[in-house]
Amino acid sequence: MAQLFPRGSNAFARISIVVVLVVVGTGLTILLNTNRLHYTTDVQVARKQPVPFSHKHHVTGVGLDCRYCHTSVEESSFANIPPVETCMTCHSQIWTESPLLEPIRESYRTGNPIEWVRIHDLPDFVYFNHSIHVHKGIGCQTCHGQVDQMPLMWKVNTLNMEWCLECHREPEKFVRPREEVFNMAWTPMDERGHAVSQALLGAQLVQDYDINPSTDCSTCHR
Amino acid sequence: MSNRKLASGIKLLSGVAHPARWLVVLALFMAIGCEGTTDIERLRQEMYNQSRFEPLEKNSFFSDNRSSRPWIKGTVARGHLRTDAHLYTGIVDDKPAETFPFPITRNVILRGKERYNIYCSPCHGYDGDGRGMVVRRGMKQPPSYHIERLQNETPGYFFDVMTNGFGAMYSYASRIKPRDRWAIIAYIQALQLSQNATLDDVPADVRQRLENE
Repeated sequence: MAQLFPRGSNAFARISIVVVLVVVGTGLTILLNTNRLHYTTDVQVARKQPVPFSHKHHVTGVGLDCRYCHTSVEESSFANIPPVETCMTCHSQIWTESPLLEPIRESYRTGNPIEWVRIHDLPDFVYFNHSIHVHKGIGCQTCHGQVDQMPLMWKVNTLNMEWCLECHREPEKFVRPREEVFNMAWTPMDERGHAVSQALLGAQLVQDYDINPSTDCSTCHR
Repeated sequence: MSNRKLASGIKLLSGVAHPARWLVVLALFMAIGCEGTTDIERLRQEMYNQSRFEPLEKNSFFSDNRSSRPWIKGTVARGHLRTDAHLYTGIVDDKPAETFPFPITRNVILRGKERYNIYCSPCHGYDGDGRGMVVRRGMKQPPSYHIERLQNETPGYFFDVMTNGFGAMYSYASRIKPRDRWAIIAYIQALQLSQNATLDDVPADVRQRLENE
């Protein structure tokens, strides 16, 4: 029986090994990094909102605490988007003629809610609870970034699983005193206000607050 | 792609030259992959956005697009029955309560301080003089807590103002829970004491320290 393959097939076979390795390698690299791109995760992408609400103005300028609007963050899984009554508490008196605020006034008149564009949206197969994180000393800023400097809202973290695990594996790198959770300008310091290293403070707080985050699948995927 | 189609495709290939045959097989596999993509994508999206509602998610079933339905007037949600009139309305014997519905401890006052600084200080100021940041930005100035009328007001009066609003001030009933409202009143009374105190009110040991400063 004649040879099935011509002699040149040997070279072809060798080259194909290299080609397969390169293709598989490139493919894996693309696959692993697609979910980390800003393009995919929306990190640092400011979204247009029905009303251009500025956290920067309301937090840094006026000095409102996060909880003035996000009332349920300490006792609920959800931090709460405030009803327009909260906006109107001040804006029934201030900037009452501003056209930018017309959707707020209209919503207050008609009772139809404003449809804000959601920035931080975890997939539905992830369970997340704000209150436990707040009570264990994870600052708003740790996950949401310098919200007090954001004219429009954007994400600073991917909210990917690897990002969650970063902290669940080494909480001492991120935890802060409970009283400082809502402080946007906090830096690691001791009770007397002297700067200390996060490693030192974090290790102590992990002990004090009995922080023992689970990395079981079922902790978040229930 | 059905199995029958695949079989006829392979049969077609039997006449093609050898290296090209592999390419065609590869192309066929890719075609199979492509055909499945939409299904896989849809499955993935359904896991991502499952057919349940997250808090405040849009639901076009209702005309106002809310999935979180407002409370229906005249109904009581489970666990929300409020029988203690003193605690929930601040009214005792048809008059504003003159007492607190629960004992005021140091922790209650500290809680009140925290809540006051979040919800009240933007207008009333951190020391209660009515010159908070929002007032400086154009909000109508509320009276200082340290005027005679408010110094003599009952806790029940303050509770009523927080619960139902007063003048330009909106109701804070949906933002501050009843127990926290009482805690805030305790802290306002502490502010009133502090702003109208004399050196004689200071305990001896602390007084020594104050005089040294």
